[in-house]
Amino acid sequence: MSLMYRPTAAQQMKVVVGVKRVVDYSVKIRVKDNKVQTDNVKMSVNPFCEIALEEAVRLKEKKIATEVIAVTVGVKKADDVLRTAMALGCDKAIHIVVPDAEAATLEPLAVAKVLAKLHEELKPDLWILGKQAVDGDFGSTPQLLAGLIDAPQGTFASEIAVADGKVKVTREIDAGRQVVELNLPAVVAADLRLNQPRFPNLQSIMKARKKPVDTRPIDKLGVDTKPHLATVKVEEPAARKAGIKVKTVEELFDKLRNEAKVL
Amino acid sequence: MFRLSSLSLGKALVIAETLEGKIVPATLAAITAASKVGPVTAFASGKDAAAAAEQLSKVAGVEQVLVASGDAVATGLPEELAPVVKTIVEKNGFTHVFAATSAFSKNLIPRVAVKFDMMPIADITSIQSEDTFVRHAYAGNVVSTVKSADAIKFGTVRGTSFERAATTGGNAAIVAVECSAALGKSKWIEDLIAKSDKPDLTTAAIVVAGGRGLKNAENFKLLDELAAPLKAAVGATRAVVDAGFCPNDMQVGQTGKTIAPTLYIGAGISGAIQHVAGMKESKVIAVINTDADAPFFQVADYGLVGDLFEAVPALTKLLKN
Repeated sequence: MSLMYRPTAAQQMKVVVGVKRVVDYSVKIRVKDNKVQTDNVKMSVNPFCEIALEEAVRLKEKKIATEVIAVTVGVKKADDVLRTAMALGCDKAIHIVVPDAEAATLEPLAVAKVLAKLHEELKPDLWILGKQAVDGDFGSTPQLLAGLIDAPQGTFASEIAVADGKVKVTREIDAGRQVVELNLPAVVAADLRLNQPRFPNLQSIMKARKKPVDTRPIDKLGVDTKPHLATVKVEEPAARKAGIKVKTVEELFDKLRNEAKVL
Repeated sequence: MFRLSSLSLGKALVIAETLEGKIVPATLAAITAASKVGPVTAFASGKDAAAAAEQLSKVAGVEQVLVASGDAVATGLPEELAPVVKTIVEKNGFTHVFAATSAFSKNLIPRVAVKFDMMPIADITSIQSEDTFVRHAYAGNVVSTVKSADAIKFGTVRGTSFERAATTGGNAAIVAVECSAALGKSKWIEDLIAKSDKPDLTTAAIVVAGGRGLKNAENFKLLDELAAPLKAAVGATRAVVDAGFCPNDMQVGQTGKTIAPTLYIGAGISGAIQHVAGMKESKVIAVINTDADAPFFQVADYGLVGDLFEAVPALTKLLKN
């Protein structure tokens, strides 16, 4: 059983944000020779991680969070997402460096274990992660982390409110929305409508370049990061048969009813 | 098509999901998927657990039904359900644990898997063997076949990728599962369910969807009017949900719902990859957009370059006659 949460006398609230560097959402992904072509493509902060960062910074601005730490688990070049995080207002940044060769097979389960290890060290009150990374689309890391540290989870969060050692999370679910209240420490997974992330201004970006980043190699953490899944094959999806243009609504109606027979 | 013989050592658990007292259609698809790896046990929980268990016991292919009731698991909190499922898996020696992909299963499955130190496979679209599964990445642009080395395969299964099991023909025993008192780290406050008289978006045979071209919330009435004679569900792009034109449960796309209706009609939607990811398995796709260069036309079977404010009402009129 995990330690019982007790806010300190000074009401310190530490928030840690997980941030991932991914292929930019606008890149047209190609697969060739059983490999996803990611060399020289544009990389960005995962959109859901941007939302997570924004929420943490807002908590700080509201004087609810007293310290915000950004963490990334990724290749050496991934430190640019931490520069962005600090430009947005994170106090500290931790980079768990993954060798390039290992990065391609690093699974959400391994990342969650790394974050769980950091949880033991940092003892945050709140984790905010993006709900899914737009490359792997697993959408599992927040739940895996929560399970590992035995913390309650607020997934698909569209609104959060911290008060009295708990966080109230409004979640987007299939039929609408759900509100849950979680004891701290908790893990929140940011969804699209949690907030609209700001852009860091140039001055903050310049300042962030000079800030120190706590850099540690992944193999020094004592965490088992070996993959459980082996990728047998990757391919592009089968292309749809080319369609036709119709000139009028009447023609569309006719085609749908008499050719496609779906009306 | 792969199917293990009854001599296979696989044993599958399907975590069922209910909505308003009925098991959701996607759960029936998950049962079909699970039956490819071995005999299937279905697990029902929540406030409608007893009713769900009754329905599940009659589903073809379900050999046993486990049911957990009680306050702790009544509202589907993963913190309370995960330990219950963990115990069930350990006691029964399941080799596979599946649930239909949904907000509920995405919330629960990873939390259970990690208790076993196993890597859950998200949104499986095909089962190649007891350890090899197909799923999509990069907003559906990469089809990935993965082989799991885990002793127990945890995964969510795409409801539109498998045939739904028949709701009659089964005759499974129902066994109650004990639940301890709530752990209490989380509390359910309320569900704010969007009221709709329309069919469910993920299972409707026809879906009409709207995007930014609709310009405001009011204009979605045009799509409601088109949907009515078609008995269609109405969907939306992320953009219009973000803008507040539609509630989130209407969002179709990479980070919303995945649908595969017989007919999809999209109006005022440009066809960004992220939206297409959620509907490209639709059998027939019709697109209405004023921009002849809209990417959406590339996936359309029938494309009409025109003003939706004229075309949609005109189509509605034709359907009513």
